[in-house]
Amino acid sequence: MSRTPLDTVEHAAATPDVELPWAELGLKKDEYERIVEILGRRPTGAELAMYSVMWSEHCSYKSSKVHLRQFGEKAPENDVLLVGIGENAGVVDVGQGYAVTFKVESHNHPSYVEPYQGAATGVGGIVRDIIAMGARPVAVVDPLRFGAADHPDTKRVLPGVVAGIGGYGNCLGLPNIGGEVVFDACYQGNPLVNAGCIGVMRHEDIHLAKASGAGNKVILYGARTGGDGIGGASILASETFDDAKPSKRPAVQVGDPFQEKLLIECTLEAFREKLVVGIQDLGAAGLSCATSELASNGSGGMRVTLDDVPLRDSTLSPEEILMSESQERMCAVVEPEKVDRFLEICEKWDVIATVIGEVTDGDRLEIYWHGGKIVDVDPRTVAHEGPVYERPYARPEWQDTLQADDAGKLPRPRTSEELRDQVLKLVASPNQASKKWITQQYDHFVQGNTVLAMPEDSGMIRIDEETGLGVAIATDGNGRYAKLDPYTGAQLALAEAYRNVATTGAKPLAVSDCLNFGSPEDPAVMWQFVEAVRGLADGCQQLGTPVTGGNVSLYNQTGEAAIHPTPVVAVLGVIDDVSRRTPAAFQEEGQLLYLLGDTREEFGGSAWSQVVHDHLGGLPPKVDLERERLLAEILISASRDGMIDSAHDLSDGGLIQAVVESALLGGKGARLVVPDGLDAFTFLLSESAGRAIVAVPRSEEVRFNDMCGARGLPVTRIGVVDGDTIEVQGEFELSLEELREAHEATIPALLA
Amino acid sequence: MTARIGVVTFPGSLDDRDTQRAIRLAGAEPVALWHKDKDLKQVDAVVLPGGFSYGDYLRAGAISRFSPVMETVIEQARAGLPVLGICNGFQLLTEAHLLPGAMLGNDHLHFICRDQKLRVENAETAWTGDYTAGQEIHIPLKNMDGRYVADEYTLDELEAEGRVVFRYLVRGEAAEGYGNPNGSLRDIAGITNEAGNVVGLMPHPEHAVEPLIGTGRTDGLPFFTSILKKLVTA
Repeated sequence: MSRTPLDTVEHAAATPDVELPWAELGLKKDEYERIVEILGRRPTGAELAMYSVMWSEHCSYKSSKVHLRQFGEKAPENDVLLVGIGENAGVVDVGQGYAVTFKVESHNHPSYVEPYQGAATGVGGIVRDIIAMGARPVAVVDPLRFGAADHPDTKRVLPGVVAGIGGYGNCLGLPNIGGEVVFDACYQGNPLVNAGCIGVMRHEDIHLAKASGAGNKVILYGARTGGDGIGGASILASETFDDAKPSKRPAVQVGDPFQEKLLIECTLEAFREKLVVGIQDLGAAGLSCATSELASNGSGGMRVTLDDVPLRDSTLSPEEILMSESQERMCAVVEPEKVDRFLEICEKWDVIATVIGEVTDGDRLEIYWHGGKIVDVDPRTVAHEGPVYERPYARPEWQDTLQADDAGKLPRPRTSEELRDQVLKLVASPNQASKKWITQQYDHFVQGNTVLAMPEDSGMIRIDEETGLGVAIATDGNGRYAKLDPYTGAQLALAEAYRNVATTGAKPLAVSDCLNFGSPEDPAVMWQFVEAVRGLADGCQQLGTPVTGGNVSLYNQTGEAAIHPTPVVAVLGVIDDVSRRTPAAFQEEGQLLYLLGDTREEFGGSAWSQVVHDHLGGLPPKVDLERERLLAEILISASRDGMIDSAHDLSDGGLIQAVVESALLGGKGARLVVPDGLDAFTFLLSESAGRAIVAVPRSEEVRFNDMCGARGLPVTRIGVVDGDTIEVQGEFELSLEELREAHEATIPALLA
Repeated sequence: MTARIGVVTFPGSLDDRDTQRAIRLAGAEPVALWHKDKDLKQVDAVVLPGGFSYGDYLRAGAISRFSPVMETVIEQARAGLPVLGICNGFQLLTEAHLLPGAMLGNDHLHFICRDQKLRVENAETAWTGDYTAGQEIHIPLKNMDGRYVADEYTLDELEAEGRVVFRYLVRGEAAEGYGNPNGSLRDIAGITNEAGNVVGLMPHPEHAVEPLIGTGRTDGLPFFTSILKKLVTA
């Protein structure tokens, strides 16, 4: 089979009229014309392959870029960020010479097509992002959203996704310490599989994705390159060059966690010996991305010989090699005299490593194949100078109708018995029910540093055994709130994650986000996106927590029906001594329960409105970020000074949901008294933000009240930890046994 | 002088560092051993840690059983070297025929991670001297292939010779860690060889050695103090 003639740069210049399948590769006509303008000639097939993947929405953020700038422009003035947006992941100073990097990414579409591999490779990708910063990954978290819990397809998608996350993450030895599982019919054809990872390093060990120093070698290491994950390249290869060749290879990648584990160990060993100048993982857009990003971030150019790339399939065309998304590969830039040692370490770990090129003096990225030059581009035009769109956006007309449909008008329980029944129904509903069936498929003990893991408010990891320094992470998002008001919804997600971190005693430091939306080509969806980004940027500015990076996932929609706008926010916090952490479980009978914050009649978007009335309308709870900040300070001080023994954040499901969770976790009940000025229904089920419950030992009662009083935080005594029931005085009593059955049986019954 | 306890790292080992920490907390000296190196560095005992050696591809422990280091481990274990296999290490010990039986996938077909209630059946082995027979302990469990099986004859023999070291406690609430978590025959969680120097179990004692970490219990620490005591008084 011949592949003549090779589409070299020379050949492209000589044959300007050859038609390339740019439309099939997802490029718009003006985008293709821009490429021709940049190059001053038609691109070669290989160049077109690179531009098409790097200028895709996924890699170039072309629809979101103009809005994401706010995260930088509104960044709060502080020095917590060591590395900001734009690198593989942001890096945060957590003190004692330690730096922490964390990021959340989406793997939504692949996880719908092939749940196990889609989710598994999502974990793999985010973990490589973290190692590419020089950090040892120490934990993962997984915020997940699925269609209706009782829909038959959910039973296909969810178990596969959970098994994929477990199968990959467990095999890497990374404790899974947090995340969420949410069900809503809006995610039926578009599940959201977001994956987050935290890594730890010393300040001096931060590594960046750049190729500098002419003569330095470019080493590709890890798995061989195969035909998996190639979407458009098959079109290019088969239609342009070789009609006889089978095309349409599977577009979802297949993960090999064992290979990734070796990659982690060998990369960290190379870091320890200071062998690496620059490093980049191969994720979306594979080698196209790694070479163009490394070259454009560095000071020189780069020359790569594609023939040297180890292949799994010798029939791959150069375009396919450039676009392949085979997993478990990384690219390092290494000084010539250190290459041997680098290769030795790879060999020790049985990892294949090959020098595929070098850094050059110039400013061009040149790629050779069979002796011919098939790519000659300015790497910046590939990696950073993609198209930028100002997509039109407009507040949809239905927004007013939606907001006018006030949840406050829904019929409320009329009797104590009805209230009791609704509470029981709520704690058993799929969204409020225990997710133990899911989380127990994840290893949360490995590495021996897990202080807290789900269902705690935040996951917490010890990072220094001597001093007890630790970090906490919480991820939150509420698509229902965001649908009612995207600006407020994004701030509520931020506020909740921030509060969750503080509830466990850690100080919130920085933010990462995963912004999941429908099609940016729909002005209504674009408006939701713009509002959410503005809300989040404003919120982060006010709370003093900079956004370190994140991910945008668009086109989560089937036909006209987009998902709820779903900004998922991850907040990272630090705790000086993990022995001061505050768990959610009730610890001791007789301790006093206090409610912190104000409770208003807020039911828009609430769990109650969904479970009892299948309703979504009105306005989400109000946000008061100054109050959130005060509440966080109180929770952190109380934890540090030993004034509280347990604490739990109040969010979806309201106060009763939090009390039930704390009671079941601790195996101890509670007696609650409805405070003056509130009715039982609002007290138990309102979702007002800025609230938490705490259990205070009697010996600390005065001190705790004095502290709240002095700082002006409303605090209400609502009961006591006691017995084996939850009793709401004058209303109803539910045994822990009955609550446990209701809370824990739902998910296994639907999915096991 | 304290005892030196080796911990083997195979490609895909995950709990090797945790095991080293547990050894250190017990007061012994952990020594890192490498799968490609036959040299056991004159350690007094060896732990084969948990993880997914070689990705557990083919069968858990089936490939690592042929590692160079295992040649020496097998030879010295037969001569009396104390060896503890945890999870993947237990799977490896059965593959290496240092312990009888085999491990299959969990009967419910899912990975399971939880705090597990166990009963100590044999406190006479090299690794269980600091427990008392009949003692009930809580140890984290996390595995995909944890279902212990053997033929009836072997099981009867293990029982008759008191070589079942740990059993899953099945009475009580699943929520509190009771119940057979993987379908192991006769609720067996761990066994020993005839001499009592080789012990394998599925749960992870190295994850239960500090009051603050993991489940917050320290029920796993006696494994490491037991062997230390035995080695320094021997």
